Amino acid sequence: MISIQGQAVVAGIAEGETLVSHEPLSFWGGYDHSTGEIIDRRHPLSGQMAAGKVLAIPFSRGSSTGTAVLLEAIKSGHAPAAILTTGVDTFFALASIVAEEMYGRSIPIVALTAEDFGKLKTGERVRVEAEGLIRRLNGASDWHG
Amino acid sequence: MAHESLQSTMQAEDTTMLKLSERDAAMLRGEQGAATQMAMRILARMAEVYGAEELLDITGAHIDSTVYIGEGGLEFAERLASLGAQVAVPTTLNVSGLDEHGWREWAVPPEWARNAQRQMAAYASMGTTPTWTCAPYQTEMKPKFGEQIAWGESNAIAFANSVIGARTQRYPDLFDVCCAITGRVPAVGLHLTENRAGEVLFRLVGVPEAIQRDDAFYPVLGHWLGRMAEERIPVIDGLRVTPNEDQLKALCAGAAASGRVALFHIVGVTPEAPTLEVAFQGRAPQAVFDVTLEVLRKARRELTTAEGETLDLVVLGSPHFSLAEFRQLAPLLEGKHRHARVKFLVTSSRAMAHLAEKAGYLTSLKNFGGQLTVDTCILTSPMLPPEIKMLMTNSAKFAYYSPGLLNTQVTFGSLNDCVESAVRGQVLVREWE
Repeated sequence: MISIQGQAVVAGIAEGETLVSHEPLSFWGGYDHSTGEIIDRRHPLSGQMAAGKVLAIPFSRGSSTGTAVLLEAIKSGHAPAAILTTGVDTFFALASIVAEEMYGRSIPIVALTAEDFGKLKTGERVRVEAEGLIRRLNGASDWHG
Repeated sequence: MAHESLQSTMQAEDTTMLKLSERDAAMLRGEQGAATQMAMRILARMAEVYGAEELLDITGAHIDSTVYIGEGGLEFAERLASLGAQVAVPTTLNVSGLDEHGWREWAVPPEWARNAQRQMAAYASMGTTPTWTCAPYQTEMKPKFGEQIAWGESNAIAFANSVIGARTQRYPDLFDVCCAITGRVPAVGLHLTENRAGEVLFRLVGVPEAIQRDDAFYPVLGHWLGRMAEERIPVIDGLRVTPNEDQLKALCAGAAASGRVALFHIVGVTPEAPTLEVAFQGRAPQAVFDVTLEVLRKARRELTTAEGETLDLVVLGSPHFSLAEFRQLAPLLEGKHRHARVKFLVTSSRAMAHLAEKAGYLTSLKNFGGQLTVDTCILTSPMLPPEIKMLMTNSAKFAYYSPGLLNTQVTFGSLNDCVESAVRGQVLVREWE
């Protein structure tokens, strides 16, 4: 079976290519909400475009302004399609919940176990289901191997 | 740890539910107005995300959502304000997007300024105290030990929890205001005694007292703490000196920028750590890190991205400069003048700047050719002209964020190095020996 069961912190459906890092990221100072580029020059994903991707980072780091940055990105259409974390990340959840409150538009936030998170690789096409199921759409999978 | 907490949350989903009090439920039904209803709707949903079983009362709040990021945050603030939002508890406001009365001296685009001012007006209309500072713990509204509060602003959260012993989660923008309006927070995390125990130990090993007294030691230690602690609560042991409030402030800002430290303990210094055992609430550390001089040198080097000696701007004051810091700076500037090529900027709060002026500390800054900005920060206001590319600072937070946010390069140095570099017109840094 080509899937990982996560916890839907903010439920929703999304599809996209994965962008994975094991380094936490602060969206404030780390994410350009008008382009979707990761701009923390000390981060391994620096220079990558995360807009429309399924972004997997362990958790959000740093400034409490990170939620406001993600809200702007959701509003302007430059947010990741979904965000996967290890454990529940309240910052990402809040941005998505407020975006729904304000604009009727949220992105799925899914919490995975550290073990399942470790199975993710950049560049895979995945679908996030409403109940937090992550399905891999192409290629053979070693997720359960 | 993350794994364990996730498991418990997942199990909790099936068995526990958020129980709202009658007052909470009334707010949710809109009986206290539409703004309170909207705030409670977000709060109740977030309380489930936090895995809370109930909400608890707070006695103060600090709103970080004042920082103007873009239209979304502004629309959120104006929606709440237009619905008649009023805070339920004494509430301070964090930095805004501009120096309200001084922004025209800088490169802030007028249209941006109008939006930032609208956002300031929205939050000021909610019955808040317009402190416009990232160091609310250095105002008259500083909370007390054991107080339950809802604070935003990462450095202030770390200070309130660690140095004061007040209790707040690491509340994000857009949520802090919901807590302030309802006067409620999810009863989870750092609000509860059992979750405030130290988890990892940082032992200072062979760090000379002279370095422990050095102001630059604290932001560097904070930077390292944030890098290594990850999501765990650090305990520092082996400090042989008693740090002052501004040194602890610098530690907080460094730790909350490079990591997500919301609470740390220093044995013999901070209020919940009279002894190592108490700091860990009798539990064993999950990990032990030795902080040696070599580690500190490495951490210090990480804060510098610039190469060479070119310098455009020396900037001090993240978190906002205190009266004590103005007092410390004034004699260093006396009789000197900055190099014509280098700007010299201090950021502070309007209240602190007023006190510093009355105390006479601003005269030497002015004679030095230095500038002062209040209400905001170079990281939250597009105030720096584009030709400024090479920064120098004594703040780990400025050093951490300026490369990404401002597309500049930065050198970290002590306060003395910063002043001397501004005079010479090029970077001068003395490493620890």
